[in-house]
Amino acid sequence: MDISGILVYSAGFLIVVGIYAVFSLGLNVHWAYGGMFNIGIAGFFALGAYTSALLTTAPPSARFFEDFKFGGNLPERMGGLDLGIDLWFLVALVAAGFVSGVVAAVVGTIALRLRGDYLPIATLGIAETVRLVFLNEQWLGNGAKGLYRIPRFLGDWVSPRNYDYLYLAAVIVVLAALYVTVEWAIRSPWGRVLKAIRGDEDGAAAGGKNVFAYKLQAFIFGAVIMGIGGALFAHDARFVAPITFDPLLATFMIWAMLMAGGSGNNLGAIVGAPLVWTLWTVSQSMPGFISDPDFRFFMIGCLIVAAVVIRPEGLLGERPAAPPSRLD
Amino acid sequence: MAQGQSQHLPLRGFGSTRQWTSGCASINRLPKDGSSHSILTAGLTTLANITQQINRGLPFPWNAGHTAVAASILVLVLALGPVFKLELVVNGLFLGSILALGAVGVSLVHGVLRFTHVAQGEFMTFGAYISFFLLGTLFPKIGMDSAGLGPFTFGFPLLIAIPITVAAMASMAVVLDVVVYRRLRQRRAKLALLAVASLGVAVALRGLVQTIWGSGTEQLPQVPKSIYQLPLGVQVPPDSVFIGALSLASLAALYLFLTRSNLGRTMREATSNAGPAEAGGVDTRHLVWATWGISAGLAATAGVLLSVHQGQLFPAMGWELLLPLFAAAIVGGMSSPYGAFAGALAIGVAAEVSTEWIDASYRPAVAFAFLIVVMLVLPRGIFGVRMAKT
Repeated sequence: MDISGILVYSAGFLIVVGIYAVFSLGLNVHWAYGGMFNIGIAGFFALGAYTSALLTTAPPSARFFEDFKFGGNLPERMGGLDLGIDLWFLVALVAAGFVSGVVAAVVGTIALRLRGDYLPIATLGIAETVRLVFLNEQWLGNGAKGLYRIPRFLGDWVSPRNYDYLYLAAVIVVLAALYVTVEWAIRSPWGRVLKAIRGDEDGAAAGGKNVFAYKLQAFIFGAVIMGIGGALFAHDARFVAPITFDPLLATFMIWAMLMAGGSGNNLGAIVGAPLVWTLWTVSQSMPGFISDPDFRFFMIGCLIVAAVVIRPEGLLGERPAAPPSRLD
Repeated sequence: MAQGQSQHLPLRGFGSTRQWTSGCASINRLPKDGSSHSILTAGLTTLANITQQINRGLPFPWNAGHTAVAASILVLVLALGPVFKLELVVNGLFLGSILALGAVGVSLVHGVLRFTHVAQGEFMTFGAYISFFLLGTLFPKIGMDSAGLGPFTFGFPLLIAIPITVAAMASMAVVLDVVVYRRLRQRRAKLALLAVASLGVAVALRGLVQTIWGSGTEQLPQVPKSIYQLPLGVQVPPDSVFIGALSLASLAALYLFLTRSNLGRTMREATSNAGPAEAGGVDTRHLVWATWGISAGLAATAGVLLSVHQGQLFPAMGWELLLPLFAAAIVGGMSSPYGAFAGALAIGVAAEVSTEWIDASYRPAVAFAFLIVVMLVLPRGIFGVRMAKT
């Protein structure tokens, strides 16, 4: 038994879990705190990943069959400021969140002003448009070939063999920071207004709160988190292409994680990630039809339905208060 | 914005239909003294009667404003046809008629059951695959494997397969309701939670399709046939004529159901009421099952027709259409089936016409852009009836 092999595998596994936990956290902000049904997570995922990738990748070179026009090459440009700690990574993360947030702001302003029913389709529209743009516009992101020379964060600190441990630490730090931020936001006056809106939207509006503004802010907040998750992914996989953001891995999986772990509870959102990802990877090595990727697709769908029907508050969620008795 | 009320706002500048019809009725009360007067009044009163009939049938009052809009759209299409390449417009209408069947289902489910049914696309996919199974596997076993019926690429077995597929999908939808959605309704779950459940159903259905039939692209049995060449450079495959005819027939059947039957009238009332759908004298279960059955049946038909239209079927086809489907339903005014039909035609045409200037694969994005523009200009949709917030 090769212990170091297992450890390295575990590190890689936990990195993916950590990145998914970030997405789950962002979705929780949308769903549990904003009451919004986002089926286009893949869009914000892709926006964050591509932004970070484009900012940091080396300029395009014909030698590598690259058709895109702009490569940020941030590590080189920021070389002087880095002091050996690769500050460009932080810039890339922030930029990814920013771009994601801007798109959320633009589309949310239009979609949220009207009835809440329009938002799911608007998010689907974002995801589909982003995917199509990056697929067709070769000059932007190298089309279907994607970007494959994304630099490593602190790549020269440890040997490539042990790199995953370092990146896992980075992911955990980012996840912890985001978790603290969301928790603080929820307990703040802003969060309390959101809770009131979630409980009784018309009542909150009657109370003078600008419901639209709060929902838009929640939408942007969640989108920023998802964008950061996308950037983390880009520097882990170091390859982004339209095909990497297929709905199963970039949207449905995250919904399964949130529902299974506990919506309404940030810790539950994070816990859902290892839960579902373990199920996903373990089923890959099980005998028979269980390891069939198509069956596992079906399994994720059943997981979402089961979580919603049997225990919508998930593993760690709080039971919603019982509706008031009709006898009152 | 008034909440929880259905609003019928006549367009400014045009009288309401009631004024018009009562005006015509007053003409009818004039003494009949000459042949020309009689013909004129007879004609006007007939028109007035027809309008009243239509008005009673529709879930919203059709007034002169709506007529003006419809007429201008027609004129635009015909006049700009040469500019927009009539061929593309015609293609768009046929594509739109397929979309319409799916979009009408979305509208009905939203109107009666009050949530965004994300699995509608997968109903289409599953319907297509059921037909694929029937036509490709089951029917040949009993000797029915002919294709190329008359000018069509498909064969006679398709006409048998479609009703079977509709029945199968309708049953499946009812089963899903009993197993999933009814449980949530009984728990007074948030409507958004039903939407999440439908997302799970969508993923499960697509996974099931992929597990049973694989993730590759399939084809219904077909025989290549020649295309009708019409004037003005329009080419129409005979299949499209069948598709358009079947689509219109389905909508006509739906219209008759909604206006003539008890269940249909209850469905219409449920659509235009604010708040959760009430029973209104009809067993709620029947209302719910009818809604699911009709939506799923229409979606299944759309799925089969789509596989005929594009000559292939693949597991992702439903999800990829979800954006145009919902765009059509929203453009039409989320709870109006007729609006969904009109919206679907409009989006079909917009998507096809756009291929003149931008890459054909951008069509879903065009549908989205169309939706955004309409949301900015006509927030309630073309035939928006309810202004209630969910």
